[in-house]
Amino acid sequence: MSSFENILVGNGITKRFGGMTAVSNVSFDLRKGEILGLIGPNGAGKTTLFNCVSGFLKADEGTFTFEGKVINRFNPDKICHLGLGRTFQAAKNFPDMSMRENVRMGALFGQRDMTYAEAERLTDETIAFVGLEKYAGVAVPDMPLAMQKRIEVARALATKPKVIMLDEMMAGLNPAEVSEAMDLVRKVRDSGITVLMIEHVMKAIMSICDRIIVLHHGELIAEGPPQEIANNPHVIEVYLGGEV
Amino acid sequence: MDTFLLILINGCAMGSVYALMAMGLSTQYGVARILNISHGEFIVLAAFITFVVHTRTGIHPLICLLIACPLVFAISFLLHITLFKRVKKISPNMGVFEGNAILVSFGIYFIVQNMIQSSMGSAPHSFPFMMYPYTVGGVNIAASSVFVMVIAAIICVAYSVFLSQTRLGKSIRAAAQDPQAASLLGVKINRIMAICFGIGGLLAACAGVLITMREPFSSVSGIGYTTIAIIIVVLGGLGSVKGAILGGFIMGIAGYAISTFVDSVFMISAFYMIIMVLLVVRPKGLMGR
Amino acid sequence: MELVKKVFWETKAAKIQALAILAAFVFMMFIPSFSGAYPPLFLAWVMTYCTLSISWTFFSGKTGYISLATAAFYGLGMYLQAVIGREFPLGVTILLAALLAFGVGFGIGLITLRLRGIYFTIFTFGLALFLNRFFHWYEGVFTRTKGRFVKTFDNDMVFYAVLIVFIVTLVAILLMNKSRFGLSLTCIGQNEDSAQHIGVNTTLTKVLAFAISAAPAGAVGAAMISTVGYVDPDLAFRMLASFFPVLMAIFGGMFSTYGPIVGAVIFYVLQDYLLRTTNLYMVIFGTVMVVVVLVLPKGIFGLIDSMIAKKQRGYSGEVIGDV
Repeated sequence: MSSFENILVGNGITKRFGGMTAVSNVSFDLRKGEILGLIGPNGAGKTTLFNCVSGFLKADEGTFTFEGKVINRFNPDKICHLGLGRTFQAAKNFPDMSMRENVRMGALFGQRDMTYAEAERLTDETIAFVGLEKYAGVAVPDMPLAMQKRIEVARALATKPKVIMLDEMMAGLNPAEVSEAMDLVRKVRDSGITVLMIEHVMKAIMSICDRIIVLHHGELIAEGPPQEIANNPHVIEVYLGGEV
Repeated sequence: MDTFLLILINGCAMGSVYALMAMGLSTQYGVARILNISHGEFIVLAAFITFVVHTRTGIHPLICLLIACPLVFAISFLLHITLFKRVKKISPNMGVFEGNAILVSFGIYFIVQNMIQSSMGSAPHSFPFMMYPYTVGGVNIAASSVFVMVIAAIICVAYSVFLSQTRLGKSIRAAAQDPQAASLLGVKINRIMAICFGIGGLLAACAGVLITMREPFSSVSGIGYTTIAIIIVVLGGLGSVKGAILGGFIMGIAGYAISTFVDSVFMISAFYMIIMVLLVVRPKGLMGR
Repeated sequence: MELVKKVFWETKAAKIQALAILAAFVFMMFIPSFSGAYPPLFLAWVMTYCTLSISWTFFSGKTGYISLATAAFYGLGMYLQAVIGREFPLGVTILLAALLAFGVGFGIGLITLRLRGIYFTIFTFGLALFLNRFFHWYEGVFTRTKGRFVKTFDNDMVFYAVLIVFIVTLVAILLMNKSRFGLSLTCIGQNEDSAQHIGVNTTLTKVLAFAISAAPAGAVGAAMISTVGYVDPDLAFRMLASFFPVLMAIFGGMFSTYGPIVGAVIFYVLQDYLLRTTNLYMVIFGTVMVVVVLVLPKGIFGLIDSMIAKKQRGYSGEVIGDV
């Protein structure tokens, strides 16, 4: 594996909260252009790992390398400017702004030296890309959950990321909405953005991911293509086994 | 060495009163989520009750606890079930409630402070109490200081026992930790909040009565007491009773040292700077609950 | 320049706004020439309150971080005037006072704005009292005085100075509201985590905005104290002054720039009347404060729903970012 191929590499990541180790010595790599799924039971440390990548939390040990640059010590805004976008598990939109304003903020602040006119253009482009045009005039808190999550994605996309990290974008959606969300994720990848996603909806993750990594009690227990993960006895035992 | 011992003992006497003030504020914030700016005014109110009762009738100031405590408890309790309960109802979430509650308590501060000031003036008041010296480890301490310290310690212990042993105390602790879970377990949360606000007032009254025995006070002292209490509570962790007691003693000793070596006027400024420095050096440790 | 066009030219409303401000400014310029001596002073006070309330709203209204430090900056301006007012023209002192307030605001912001929720409010609340006691101590020990005399200026001159400070503050805030900076502040108020993750340097933005909102308070403090002629710590650092802007903003509603102005005018006129007619002014003030919060629930805090987000992290006292 050359570093050229790996856009994001995590090496020996450990994060503790008081006495509890939420993420323990996790190493992974994200290859340019792929969709990488991050799964694991509740409390496995998935969101913590995300938070460490995006700079929201600082990892206690280990390094993240993004395009050859170590980014551990950076704050979220700088990491965003480097080209790493993310969404939150519970949609964190700007409630008193319109949908369009929400997306425009991403466009305006996501890159350095953005002009107002350019931001406007990028906003419209992004809204069209995710298919939210018809919601332009609706107050954000009144929109359905699926659309609120889509605004999150749109705002992250408007920052023009190279990698987008999606935190449970499909949780709480109905089957039709899940398949729409899956289409959107594929579309994002096809536009050249590498995707790292946390997901609980197995059907979705198995069908759209190129590779999957599995966390359990903060440790990485498996890594590989979906079929392999689905047949990995250890994974079935700790994760899938628990659900059946 | 003698100076050191003097500072330590006098500081502890002052600190024990601070601990009471801070415990009161901490109880009010920890459960009822009200950062009560008018806290100091109730301390002053109790102090004036003690002053008036003692100087007019000659009743021992300690007995005034029996008058001031129930009165301030009742006032605080009523304030909660009339004003703050309504503030809570109109605030969409706790963050908004806390902001509104500060404003309302500031309004109360003005009303109470000015009522006291217009009836008692703004001159410092004090009366002689146990003025004779008491020798500890070779240094002379005012007997009143020792007396205040003992009484305050008894109140602190009694309050801790109340919290840990009685049914009501346990409900209060449950409500402080997780109001929602507590209400699911059958704790009447609004009632508990009102009681806690009342208890905060009660502790303020205790502090007020004890203050009269040690130092002069006036109708404008209240905001200073409030600020000291807030600083201690921040130091010890918002809502923590143990933190309030410990912080009270630390600040008492530090305060007495500053009064001795610099100037008592400078005390609150110094406290504020201590907090600022702590905040810069280790923000997480300071905030730790 | 693009921004000036957007705020004062592009739409019809923008043009009306620009014209109204200009007209008001020109009209005010001529007031001293036909009024007696009293109206300019009265208006200077009104504009002082307006300046305090719009600059407070610029930071606290947008971000939801409730600052109670106004009295500190206001008082610092007064003291600066007392100390250096004799050496410099009024305009220079006012400018320096604004700079001083900006600098102190920046420092305090750096220390406290890493904290979320109620801690920020607590620390700003303490600031005015800190300065009050500090100046008491300093004056007592080093200058051995209680207060200082301040060089007085002609009422008309102070009126013009405050008018300029007010108009500059107003125009600057209108511009900043539409600027990238103002928008990033709004984002922080709406959801600080999201703001950070779309590339807003939240700490720097907050600290800078807090410092900017402090500057006008320093400026008007320096100007107005020269109509009083005397300053002492209790006059300069009154806790009351920290709560004025909050009340004025609730009075007028703070989700337009003009709401706090309306609130400030009502408030000042009312205060002026009460002070002249009753000695229960403070009690009435307190009552009004309580009633306003209870009766105007959708007042300031109600609309800052962003605090929902802060609630979740703020009370555990977590600290954002490493500065």
